[in-house]
Amino acid sequence: MADPIHQFEIVNLAPLVKIGATEIQLTNSAVFMMVAVGITAFLMIGATAGRQLVPGRLQSMAEVTYEFVADMIRSTAGEEGLRFFPLVFSLFTFILFANIVGIVPYTFTVTSHIVVTATLALLVFFTVIGYGLYSHGLGFFRLFVPHGIPGYILPFVVLIEIVSFLSRPISHSVRLFANMLAGHITLKVFAGFVAGLGGALGLVGWVGGVLPLAMVTALTALELLVAFLQAYVFTLLTCIYLSDALHPGH
Amino acid sequence: MAPNAHDRDDRPAEEADLSARLQRLGEKLDQHRPSKASSDASAPRSGTRFAGFARGFRLSSELVAGVLVGAAIGWSLDHWLGIAPWGMIVFLLVGFVAGVVNVMRAAGVMPEQDARRRDT
Repeated sequence: MADPIHQFEIVNLAPLVKIGATEIQLTNSAVFMMVAVGITAFLMIGATAGRQLVPGRLQSMAEVTYEFVADMIRSTAGEEGLRFFPLVFSLFTFILFANIVGIVPYTFTVTSHIVVTATLALLVFFTVIGYGLYSHGLGFFRLFVPHGIPGYILPFVVLIEIVSFLSRPISHSVRLFANMLAGHITLKVFAGFVAGLGGALGLVGWVGGVLPLAMVTALTALELLVAFLQAYVFTLLTCIYLSDALHPGH
Repeated sequence: MAPNAHDRDDRPAEEADLSARLQRLGEKLDQHRPSKASSDASAPRSGTRFAGFARGFRLSSELVAGVLVGAAIGWSLDHWLGIAPWGMIVFLLVGFVAGVVNVMRAAGVMPEQDARRRDT
């Protein structure tokens, strides 16, 4: 049976530059990141180049995506949150297209590696801290001090708030990574059953293989939903965290 | 001539019938319209349609993340200060509480940090 983990292997395709002892290679992961960026660029630049008043199909896709993200920011972080629109929109489209491209057979799923998702989550995490300190100074740390808590349990509550804050990038990155990894392994395992049954049992096996094949079909549809949902969840949480940087205390 | 006259007599009658039917249709549509409008207002907007799913996914990892961070802090303190196993014991519990706080916040039982500030 095919190895279900094999699809996540990083393959060096071409050496790019060498810095000291570290050689930087063009990997399959990097190629599919570029594919995701390329699709986004095509959708956003290519499709809206016509600037029609009555949008065509591609242009309305671009407009719907814009509206979707802008609405999400407005409803979670308020109008001020729109200054982070470029960041949030880039994150959403990058993750969405990386996930969707990953469903196509023989492609590589960029977001199934925790290095990638953790980098994105830490980018958001440090943006929140950086912007919070920049705009509110030390007042940003009032985020950890809730109002109306009696003095004797305040140190304990502050400790819990800090741990809760530190746990954000972990839950943020692990959720996306684990969902993509688990989904793709499940797909591969069920697809492996089809070939395995046919190879082992002959005709009976091929007939029985219809069941896992139906499962693979259903799972692919589910994966498409998960691909969108995880991009949505990641972006939504980004908005919620950014809203903490915008209003840590009033 | 006779059929023409007959037509001319008939046309106003037909038009009256048509306008009456149109009016009835309009009334019927009006009856349906308010209910449709109200259902549109109560239906979730496109941005919140997947909120239920999204929340389910979110809750599942919040608790684990809190416990993991607590364990990491506890282990590091033990390692650096040589106070094993106390750092682990205390911070694992703190991490668990933080995880529960995360879940409650994600579930909306407890207000978000900034929303709570706005109320006071």
